[in-house]
Amino acid sequence: MQSLVDKPEHRAQGNSQATVAAWLVLGLLCLAGWSWPARAAAQAKPAPAVNTCLDCHSSLDKPLGIDKDRYASDVHAQHGLTCASCHGGDPAKDDQDAMSKAAGFKGKPDRKQIPELCGSCHANAAYIHQFNPSLRTDQLAQYKTSVHGQRLAQGDTKVAVCTDCHSVHGILPASDSRSSVHPLNVAGTCARCHADAAYMKEYKIPTDQFAGYSASVHHAAMVERGDLSAPTCSTCHGNHGAAPPGVGSVENVCSTCHVFQAQLFDQSPHKAAFAAASLPSCVTCHSNHRIAHPSDAYLGTGPQSICSNCHSPGDAGLAAAVAMQQDLGKLELAIAGSDEVLDRAESSGMEVSQAMMDQAQARDALTKARVTVHTFQPARVQADIQPGLQIAAKDLRAGEQALKERDYRRLGLGVSLLAIVLAMTGLRLYIRQIESGDRSPRS
Amino acid sequence: MVNAREEAAVSKEKNNPVEGTPAPGRRRFVEVLLGSGLLATAVSFLYPVLRYLVPPASADLGSNTVVAAKVGDLKPNSGKVFRFGNQPGLLVLDSSGQYHAMSAVCTHLSCTVQYRSDQHVVWCACHNGVYDLNGRNVSGPPPRPLALYEVHVQGDDIVVSRQRSA
Amino acid sequence: MLNRLRGWIDERFGWSQLTAPLRKKTVPVHYNSYWYYLGGITLFLFVIQVLTGILLLLYYRPSADGAFESVQYIMTQVQFGWLIRSIHSWSANLMIFTAFAHMFSVLFLKAYRKPRELTWVSGMVLLFLVMGFGFSGYLLPWNTLAFFATKVGTDIVDQVPLVGHPIMIFLRGGPEVTGATLTRFFGFHVAVLPGLVTVLITVHLMLIQWFGISVPPGQEPDWKALPKEQREMPFFPNFFLRELMAWYAALGVLGALAALFPWELGSKADPFGSAPAGIRPEWYFLFMFQTLKLIPAKIWFIPGEVLGILSFSVAGLLWLLLPFFDRDPGGRSRRWITGIGVFALSYIVVMTIYAYVAK
Repeated sequence: MQSLVDKPEHRAQGNSQATVAAWLVLGLLCLAGWSWPARAAAQAKPAPAVNTCLDCHSSLDKPLGIDKDRYASDVHAQHGLTCASCHGGDPAKDDQDAMSKAAGFKGKPDRKQIPELCGSCHANAAYIHQFNPSLRTDQLAQYKTSVHGQRLAQGDTKVAVCTDCHSVHGILPASDSRSSVHPLNVAGTCARCHADAAYMKEYKIPTDQFAGYSASVHHAAMVERGDLSAPTCSTCHGNHGAAPPGVGSVENVCSTCHVFQAQLFDQSPHKAAFAAASLPSCVTCHSNHRIAHPSDAYLGTGPQSICSNCHSPGDAGLAAAVAMQQDLGKLELAIAGSDEVLDRAESSGMEVSQAMMDQAQARDALTKARVTVHTFQPARVQADIQPGLQIAAKDLRAGEQALKERDYRRLGLGVSLLAIVLAMTGLRLYIRQIESGDRSPRS
Repeated sequence: MVNAREEAAVSKEKNNPVEGTPAPGRRRFVEVLLGSGLLATAVSFLYPVLRYLVPPASADLGSNTVVAAKVGDLKPNSGKVFRFGNQPGLLVLDSSGQYHAMSAVCTHLSCTVQYRSDQHVVWCACHNGVYDLNGRNVSGPPPRPLALYEVHVQGDDIVVSRQRSA
Repeated sequence: MLNRLRGWIDERFGWSQLTAPLRKKTVPVHYNSYWYYLGGITLFLFVIQVLTGILLLLYYRPSADGAFESVQYIMTQVQFGWLIRSIHSWSANLMIFTAFAHMFSVLFLKAYRKPRELTWVSGMVLLFLVMGFGFSGYLLPWNTLAFFATKVGTDIVDQVPLVGHPIMIFLRGGPEVTGATLTRFFGFHVAVLPGLVTVLITVHLMLIQWFGISVPPGQEPDWKALPKEQREMPFFPNFFLRELMAWYAALGVLGALAALFPWELGSKADPFGSAPAGIRPEWYFLFMFQTLKLIPAKIWFIPGEVLGILSFSVAGLLWLLLPFFDRDPGGRSRRWITGIGVFALSYIVVMTIYAYVAK
């Protein structure tokens, strides 16, 4: 029997039927295809967490209100956590049932509970590993050793807990410059309590640290030179395990950066002397917070002398201080002297750039000698001064040579001027001579 | 005007019996004076020009290139500070015979760095900053690496040039 | 020996015929004759510029990353490079000064009158070209002062309505002052301008030769009354020998300036740096610069700067055509030209001094 498609009219019909069928299949495939990416995405990343809490709490006033934009930038929110992650309750429900006990609602945690609450995730290495395998998970353990943690355990709720430094509902990573724990902002964060004299009254510790630090070279390095590795409060005191370094360990803290000075200090007579007197190294002379740029005036016997605080006139220590100060002064003077001559030579148009460059090495020697001061042995300082003096002397000679060359040029000028005067005189007489025949009135 | 005429008349009378011609001796003197003046000035102008035309010993390679040293100046595992423009540069020949060149200005407080043959690193004596042979700051206070330069050996010269920007 | 050489050339090229008119050339003698030296001194200084310029060309590199260093090299490494460069810079300033003095002396001595109108016109064009030499040459060391002075100067060109912007783009080789500007200015300075100036100097000198040297109208009656030998001096050798003395004096002054006040190099230009405070052009542009600073920001609806630039351009054009305004052979019109000349000269001097003192 003839198949359906063999008859011409059936064939046409069959063709159009096939076309429709083909389009239908294509359409279904497309629909399936369109839903594919959505499903794939849904599997790759959890769908944005449903967080109905914000629907009401973003329009309430303090203390129940939450800034929606701030919360959007919160690092926890960005990783898919919701209000319920910390506060409990059901974020999917959009009525008061969300905050029911049945849903596990905890409400606002008590201050004493906050470290443990944060630690419930942040001290769980396996859990944090899912988000950032290199993130530390010892913050809670460290906190328990800190002054803050110990006092909190004793019932003092005035001390700092996690949220006081990191803020809450708008927590930013420390690398974000807007974060309260970004290196540039750390000191201000600590100062919120530690610079508040009224708040700190009962603790009987100074409250001038922030003011001192703000005037220090470390602060200047960070803020003016943009060196984010410069120390701030947490660098020396620790952040989670915040505690002041003990008298005996201050030097260890400073020497993490100031290695040379510490090594040299350890070779000096001061190490034993300070330890015996229970004086903190480094801090005794340089202070702890208001660390100023040291000057040669710290040595010797002048008004700014620090040595005079302990040493009295006539003792060997003061004599050493004077000797070191004199040596440093000698090199500084030598460098200034050759600088002056070189400047004069340069402004006379002479080429002295090599000598000016070499001056940098003399200045390096001075820098090195100022570090060697920490041995408190004049002989060592003098040994470092010598190369500097030699270079400064060499540059001085170069400058004087350049000035001599300049004088030689002026001599050359004088000679050529003489030749010109000779030529002009010759011309003048020659003119007179050839005109003495005619009666030209021109003279 | 009048004075000059009088002067000329007086000198004429003095020097020559024949009107209008100066004495031969005087003429000779003037000519010698003029000649020597012209010669002296010519020499004092030509001398600097001729010296100028001779190219100086150190060629002007521009601000981006310099001959840092000659082959053989450095022993393996040693370094040398050379001048690059107005700043010091450091040339190092490592133990495997390769040259490295970088800026010698420490990125901490601008002291001049040096090569430590015992530790095979670039070291700053001021505050113990350490860099590797690629200029990277590996330890100590320096906040940034040292700028690296290109080194080429041209015949007897070790030519150091700034890196061409990509 | 010299005679034999001359004879050899003469047989082949008719040398004595060519030089005959020069032998007959005379220079009028009167108590204003001293001013006649100025043109020759300007020419001499131009020759010095060409010679020292060629010497500098042997070491100079006209690119943004080579120019400053090459000038530094000339100043410090090349034997007597400091001398050649300082002479070039000082002679440039001296030449512009003598060119102005020459122009003003011609104005006050009225040497531009018929039939010497074209000599004046060619001279004025030469003056403008010489100032162009100064402007283009100033940039070549590629130091901070030059860079910003060029920027300010070409910014002013931009203010001219309609044609200003295209001209500025042409001058700068782009919208900003860059290495392209340097290369372009170098081309102007060593090729375009020397070519134009050489042609114009030739024209200028030929016109002077053709018309002879003029006598100021005020002197003319007395001068004509004198006998020929008293009132005229042969150019060769009398006047020329005197000119030689003047040229030697100029050389002495140049050498002294170069050795006692060497020309500064300063620091290399940084296109991304900020202009130093009080940046201003060289002294010969100062009177215009100061005027522009004093004009209020807007006059009527026209921006003040545009009005200032247009005024100077119109003034320059009128100055160029000055001889054509001095038609009246009588005394009247010439007095107002003298008046304008005095005004212009005083204006330039006062404004230049003011510009220095005001900073």
